[in-house]
Amino acid sequence: MAVQLDARPPVAPAPRHSRPVRGARLSRFDTKYSPYLYIAPFFLLFGVFGAYPLAYTFWVSLHDWDLLGAEHPFIGLDNYSQLLADPDFWHSVVNTLGIFVISTVPQLLAALWLANLLNRQLRARTTWRMAVLVPNVTSTAAVAIVFAVLFGREFGMINWLLDHVGVSAIDWKANRFAAWVAISTMVDWRWTGYNALIFLAAMQAIPRDLYESASIDGAGRARQFWSITVPLLKPTIIFAVIISTIGGLQLFTEPRMFNSGTNAIRGGPLRESQTVTMYMFENAFAPHYNFGYGSAIAWLLFALIAVVAAINVLLLRRLGGGSRKEVSR
Amino acid sequence: MLTFTRRRLAAVALVAATALLGTTGCGGGDEPAGDGPVTLTVDVFGQFGYADLYQEYMASHPDVKIVERGTGSNLDEYSPKLTQWLAAGKGAGDVVAIEEGLLVEYKANPQNFVNLLDHGAADLKGNFLDWKWNQGLTADGKQLIGLGTDVGGMAMCYRKDLFAKAGLPTDREAVSKLWPTWQDYVKVGEQFTAKKTGAAFLDAATNTFNTILLQTAGNTSGYSYYDTSNNLVVGSNPAVRQAYDTTMDIIDSGLSGRYGSWSEEWVSAFKQSKFATIACPAWMTGVIEGNAGPAAKGKWDIAQIPGNGGNWGGSFLAVPKQSKHQAEAIELAKFLTSAKGQIGAFKLKGPLPSSPQALADPAIVDSKNAYFSEAPVGKIFAEGAKNLKPVYMGPKNQAVRTEVENAVRTVELGKRSPQQGWTDAVANAEKAAAK
Repeated sequence: MAVQLDARPPVAPAPRHSRPVRGARLSRFDTKYSPYLYIAPFFLLFGVFGAYPLAYTFWVSLHDWDLLGAEHPFIGLDNYSQLLADPDFWHSVVNTLGIFVISTVPQLLAALWLANLLNRQLRARTTWRMAVLVPNVTSTAAVAIVFAVLFGREFGMINWLLDHVGVSAIDWKANRFAAWVAISTMVDWRWTGYNALIFLAAMQAIPRDLYESASIDGAGRARQFWSITVPLLKPTIIFAVIISTIGGLQLFTEPRMFNSGTNAIRGGPLRESQTVTMYMFENAFAPHYNFGYGSAIAWLLFALIAVVAAINVLLLRRLGGGSRKEVSR
Repeated sequence: MLTFTRRRLAAVALVAATALLGTTGCGGGDEPAGDGPVTLTVDVFGQFGYADLYQEYMASHPDVKIVERGTGSNLDEYSPKLTQWLAAGKGAGDVVAIEEGLLVEYKANPQNFVNLLDHGAADLKGNFLDWKWNQGLTADGKQLIGLGTDVGGMAMCYRKDLFAKAGLPTDREAVSKLWPTWQDYVKVGEQFTAKKTGAAFLDAATNTFNTILLQTAGNTSGYSYYDTSNNLVVGSNPAVRQAYDTTMDIIDSGLSGRYGSWSEEWVSAFKQSKFATIACPAWMTGVIEGNAGPAAKGKWDIAQIPGNGGNWGGSFLAVPKQSKHQAEAIELAKFLTSAKGQIGAFKLKGPLPSSPQALADPAIVDSKNAYFSEAPVGKIFAEGAKNLKPVYMGPKNQAVRTEVENAVRTVELGKRSPQQGWTDAVANAEKAAAK
């Protein structure tokens, strides 16, 4: 039925003169509204599971909402003003951004490089391509538990290896930067392969003749990669960056499982590796059970993600724009 | 071409298998639909030792089926889950275990629970230590939220083999005489540390801090972070400061192994024999056995706690209003918290009864713990239990305790000086209490 869009006569029929037939009216209705009907299921589901919780969270954030309390007095934007002046919140924002930067930048570069390797003629190509995805399909909790043990202060393998090369043991969980690095390793282990496959798919769409003419002009592999592959991958890179931003700023399982014991949700005694989502959880659930405050954190996190994603896209646009000119030259 | 597709198939299968492995990890155990016989769900954390009691109860009540959830889980994971279930009005078990620290918070919203006084619980008052009974009551005394299960009388558990290695006595009477006070305990620790056995003297300063605090508070004011009018007194209660200063002595002398309590490393440290003593509320004996494993059987023993007495922990059983089988659940809770039920639990996993009848019962008094070198646990714990001095807990006790213990931890890890740590503790506690 959607085909009717194409089947529309080039000249619009003059409705005044011809008597409106029932079928024609129906078909006009169909043309006009059925596309909306087709996309309606998504928006209905989004409304129920996306927009409604979003709005409700905002409503909750305007109240002094004790999770178990019977009454929830309205307090306007108090939660937000309190939150903006809360040093622990900003501490968690810095943690989140720090982990995001030191995980995403090397991760996307490594993914790009991996994709480039996978794009060459290899034996057992499909096996390699599937293999890089394996870390992504293992359970995050399992990965995090294994990594938390690897990064143990006294019984961890990493410190054992460091000891062999003469580096003294690092208290990974009680050192802010070390904790960021350890968590970033987990994130990268999980997501590099996934992004590599996305880049690979985009790479395969680049016409071969571009490379052929480049090599005739004397461009080496590296030059081809930076001057042809990367610029033409720009939309895909933007996509990967946005997805990584959303995931990276909502990071929860890895840092939560990395910390164990009492109050793991704090991410260490001085909140060394507490991300925003962990801080949200700490406030909305144990030990504070302050649902209103937690909801306010959720909304500010939403705003933060939007801002960071916008900055990323702007930066990438500028970068990509420069190299595109180079190509067309 | 054939080999190619087969290889591809193998690769796909590999990924699929890994994915399957990941998802099966978190299969949910939904309770079966209860037509006919009633299924009662009991939510617990740690080890309550009810398995045998369930069998007995089901045998005498053929129409009741009991399912326990959360066995062995961490209190830190359990509490928020239970709170969410209560808030959502759905999901909680028919009988739920509540730790005393959390009970204070639930008391502020008693509408979530069945008032056990409406169901004949008033007659059971004599079955519990007075203070344990009173803890289960709301502030106005009109609603009974929970029936007491256990109390946390204290002792000091120690490794005989490590003590021998350091040239210290290993006999429990002799060890008890080594440390009448916490100052003596620090001195023994210094002797132990000087011998360089490769193990620390104690597991973590935070656990010891909480032990000293509850003991000091019990022996003096009767409250710790909050006074009995619910004013926050972290900075002004001498008991808190005293416990803090004693803990600082322990840290200064380098006695702590700095294993964050309940963390993976803490559990590993048990297995690897990395510390020699641990403050030991009655319920901790089960934890030690679980963490140190069968290999360490007979290497542990139990001595008196330095200082005098003290109570840490202990729980209650409550019936949420959302339960669809309230009458049956109340019956079960009464059975499990009866003197008989408490004796049964003690035998299986060691939680110390809160019922005076059970505490006087030969089954408890004469009991020995094989894992702890046949230590007379009944004598060690039960004798003190009747004279336990409870510590009052204020509304945000848990959140405040978290802040103070974290401050202790930062000093232990060398991130803060004792003075900075104290300033942090007071400031952060005030912030947490205001949330």
